[in-house]
Amino acid sequence: MSPLARYLVINLIQIAFLLVFAPLLDGILARLEEIIQGKRGPSIFQTYRDIWKLFGKDEVVSEESTWVFRFAPNISFVMPIFVVLLIPALTAFPLFFAFMGDMIAVGFLFATSGFFAVLAAMDTGNVYGPVGASRTRLVGFLAEPVFMVAFFALSYVANSTIPYAVNASWTKSWAAMLQPAHLLVIFAFLLLFLADEGRIPVDSASGKVEIAMIGHSKNLEYSGTGAALMKWGSAMKFMALLIVFLNVIITPWGLATTTHWGDVFFAIPKVLGKMFLFLVVLAVIETSLAKLRLFRISEFLASALVICLFAMGVRLVGIG
Amino acid sequence: MATAHAIDGLFAALFVIFGLGVIGTRQMLGTLYLFVLHSLALTGSAIVLGVALGSPHLFWVAAITFSTKVVAVPLVLRYSAGLEIYGRREVDQVLTIPVSVLIAAALALVAWVAANPLVHALAARPFADINVPTGLMAVFFGAFTVAVRREAVAQLMGILIMENGAFFASISIVNDLTIIAEIAAAVDVPVAALVIGLLIRNIHSVTGITRVGLLAELKERR
Repeated sequence: MSPLARYLVINLIQIAFLLVFAPLLDGILARLEEIIQGKRGPSIFQTYRDIWKLFGKDEVVSEESTWVFRFAPNISFVMPIFVVLLIPALTAFPLFFAFMGDMIAVGFLFATSGFFAVLAAMDTGNVYGPVGASRTRLVGFLAEPVFMVAFFALSYVANSTIPYAVNASWTKSWAAMLQPAHLLVIFAFLLLFLADEGRIPVDSASGKVEIAMIGHSKNLEYSGTGAALMKWGSAMKFMALLIVFLNVIITPWGLATTTHWGDVFFAIPKVLGKMFLFLVVLAVIETSLAKLRLFRISEFLASALVICLFAMGVRLVGIG
Repeated sequence: MATAHAIDGLFAALFVIFGLGVIGTRQMLGTLYLFVLHSLALTGSAIVLGVALGSPHLFWVAAITFSTKVVAVPLVLRYSAGLEIYGRREVDQVLTIPVSVLIAAALALVAWVAANPLVHALAARPFADINVPTGLMAVFFGAFTVAVRREAVAQLMGILIMENGAFFASISIVNDLTIIAEIAAAVDVPVAALVIGLLIRNIHSVTGITRVGLLAELKERR
């Protein structure tokens, strides 16, 4: 096989990795939380079954809605796939699209799908959709500048905004890994991850009360194929963010370093193992903290911003 | 040595994060736990420096810090001001949390700039470049907490954070201080906590509140 074709196939494997395992992570996280709360919980394959069931169902679309409502699920399904082409999901060496976009582009792609999801939520005239949409934007307006500062801090620490280059800069030595600026960025990113994914201190992902929801009431109006794509898309977005967080920022090890097939396939269990460990941490955070009041979220994100500024300051004065 | 430097950097980062947490937390109990974690980061840094510099005195610092700040201070506070810490939930303060964390960021920059000449002067000390600015930052954070909080218990946390910061900076500068001096400095901490705790209890039993911000004015003037 020519090297070109080999690279292309590795790219396809990355996409398949995302498509296949994203619902599994969702199921594992739900199961872990139930176990910590002393319950049995659904099977870890429940999300697959939900998606399968939804694909077989009829779709009901409000007469009031426009093309935006039908278009948004496709966008939110496709964007994580684009993102995974830009980031080191399985390989430590850059693939085709590695230099087409940096982490800012990753943020831009996610922002696009978020933008359409918000428009679609307001499109139907359901009461809870616009409430969720405006609250999502409230968190978004606070989180996005912090994301920018975090990316700048990260690129300042690692001297690049290309995810592959950032990944490579940590693996050089333990000293690079443990420098204070890097640790501060990790912590700030964890806070941002929780805010962006609607996890517990900010929003409750398993809550069923519409009036208290922040982001999760946006999808209430979807049914059938639309709902399946939304669900799968959000699971993939979670996994793609997890890949950015784990493979690029916290634990840059365990990726394939050669184009050898065995190496690439062996990276899959290693990356999944890292993700499982992080899901355990996330489940503990989710079950041990209480949800913040809506107007306290600004404090949460202000702390993330200040930690990012610290990271840059530490770097500027040459400590870390 | 490079690895020890890196691990010391880890503890310095944790030290900063926990110090910032004390400024950013509203819960009374949360600030106490963050102070304990803050002291654990100091202990860790002392152990790393002790191993790297081969100085037994620093192990003493670590042991004393652990026993006084991680173990004794929470116990003393539970004894002397238990109701105030374990019974109450939120502390209020003069500034909002986002404003105070932003001011904390500014203070951090001031600390770095202020520590810069010191770091150059202490170039012979291998860990001073990390510990001196970080310790100075914690001193500023503690002073800021004292100034901004209206609650006696939270102000006590600020004082203890300042003390931690001073220790964090000094272990990298003077690493062979005699144990007597260290014990003397360290025993002060639970004693201070005890005295302030008893004062808090007295204030509480007389006035029913410990919001010292409200007690600053004389009653007749209102």
